[in-house]
Amino acid sequence: MGDEDGRLVVDGLNVYYDRVHVLQDVGFEVGAEPVAMVGRNGMGKTTLAKALLGLVPAASGSVRFGGQELLGASPYKIVKAGIGYVPQGRRIWPSLSTHEHLVMVGAKAGSRWTVDTVYDVFPRLAERRDVSGANLSGGEQQMLAIARALLTNPRLLVMDEPSEGLAPAIVEHLASTLRSLVDEGQSVFLVEQNLRFATELGDHILVMVNGRIATDLRSEELLADEEKQNLYLGVA
Amino acid sequence: MDQILTIGLNGLTVASLYFLVASGLTLIFGMMRIVNLAHGAFYLLGGYVAFSVLQGTESWSLGLLAALAAVGAVGVVMHQVLLRAIEHEDMRVALVTIGVSLILADQLLVYYGGVAHSVVPPDFLSGGMELGVAGIVYPRYRIFVLGLAILVGIALWLFISRTRFGMIIRAGVDDRDMVSATGINVRVVFAAVFFIGSALAGLAGAVGAGAFSLAPGTDVEYLLYSLIVVIVGGMGSIPGAAIGALLVGLVSQFALGYTPAVASIVTFALMIGVLAVRPQGLLGRTA
Repeated sequence: MGDEDGRLVVDGLNVYYDRVHVLQDVGFEVGAEPVAMVGRNGMGKTTLAKALLGLVPAASGSVRFGGQELLGASPYKIVKAGIGYVPQGRRIWPSLSTHEHLVMVGAKAGSRWTVDTVYDVFPRLAERRDVSGANLSGGEQQMLAIARALLTNPRLLVMDEPSEGLAPAIVEHLASTLRSLVDEGQSVFLVEQNLRFATELGDHILVMVNGRIATDLRSEELLADEEKQNLYLGVA
Repeated sequence: MDQILTIGLNGLTVASLYFLVASGLTLIFGMMRIVNLAHGAFYLLGGYVAFSVLQGTESWSLGLLAALAAVGAVGVVMHQVLLRAIEHEDMRVALVTIGVSLILADQLLVYYGGVAHSVVPPDFLSGGMELGVAGIVYPRYRIFVLGLAILVGIALWLFISRTRFGMIIRAGVDDRDMVSATGINVRVVFAAVFFIGSALAGLAGAVGAGAFSLAPGTDVEYLLYSLIVVIVGGMGSIPGAAIGALLVGLVSQFALGYTPAVASIVTFALMIGVLAVRPQGLLGRTA
């Protein structure tokens, strides 16, 4: 499984919003093993996901993927390099139907992910294919956001808070769908506030506190240690 | 009765031209949030390009195609060279495009002079046409202009609602960062949209110069009216541009026919009325 080719290496990443130092010397790696980053609100998790995709400019540092430096590249080049993005808040296009979302992103025939194979994994989307993105439920929108990212046939899938605002049963369903993608060999970097969801999917957990990675541990360790959960996440 | 019909037909002719100009303006605005104040000058440029090509080659259809291509290219160059760096600053974009507009209109004045020109339509589009209603004979060319606008409108609608490129445009209007984040080079899409939008103004100029004359000042008139059309119809909406053009065209012509002294006031009152009830325009969405 040690596919060096699809390895994300982030090093010394600094991002500022005006004078606020949002990300401070952030460094970590993601390989074949799924990694989840947890942390309270406002700690810089979403900024990190956006910086990886080139959607916010970084002041310094390095984001290498498969040996290629991606910091400063346009978002579309980063996606072409093999990073798929599921944004916070899903960011579905209200003017497009479900099917149009998928057709627009498209995929070469013969790729792992095509419109048809995406429908196989998310049959609910096939049922809702002609419905406008604006009229989908939260869970359906989240499936669509993931399906849209999969169609770029990413070697690494970056997901930002996919469980946000979803009912527990739907989160459960989403987690099992994603888990089967991981088992199939899909690399994942997940940013999450929901600790249960994060540990269910991520084998490896990074904790972000005030724009820095405070600690780095196995998901079993974090689950077993309530003191750490309290300290970093404020959850009992 | 005859008079009402004739004024109505005049309104439709004007509406057709307003639609062609305004659809380009609204397409560019919807995708890039750029209000191109040189759009009226692009109309004028299109008219003069068609005029020169017609003089040189005696081919009217070649004149139309040349106007379309040349003005589309000028739009792309203006966007890439002058606007790219300042795209997100509305005030600068406004000032730069006004500057382009003034320079372009002045150069056209130097080259073509202040006398009115016209792009004479080919024989098969000249003369009058029996409409079979109340014995009205109406210029065949103006019916052609109306037909062309309807055709362009349908083509644009099909393009935007049915093609993959149209999906990208609609998605870009909703959330263009997310379009980049699915691996699509939005820059190329922007250039294409600027080409299409500007080319529509060029085509309108070439066609309009056959129905009305071409002279300095036409640019300002078309810029103003297409802005009103876009505001009434809703910024960024092609169907909105169609409805806006129809309303503005008909209202302005009926006002000219029945209350000529206050005709332009009536047209502006229409815009103010729409804005008072629906600030986002008839088919516009709130941002």
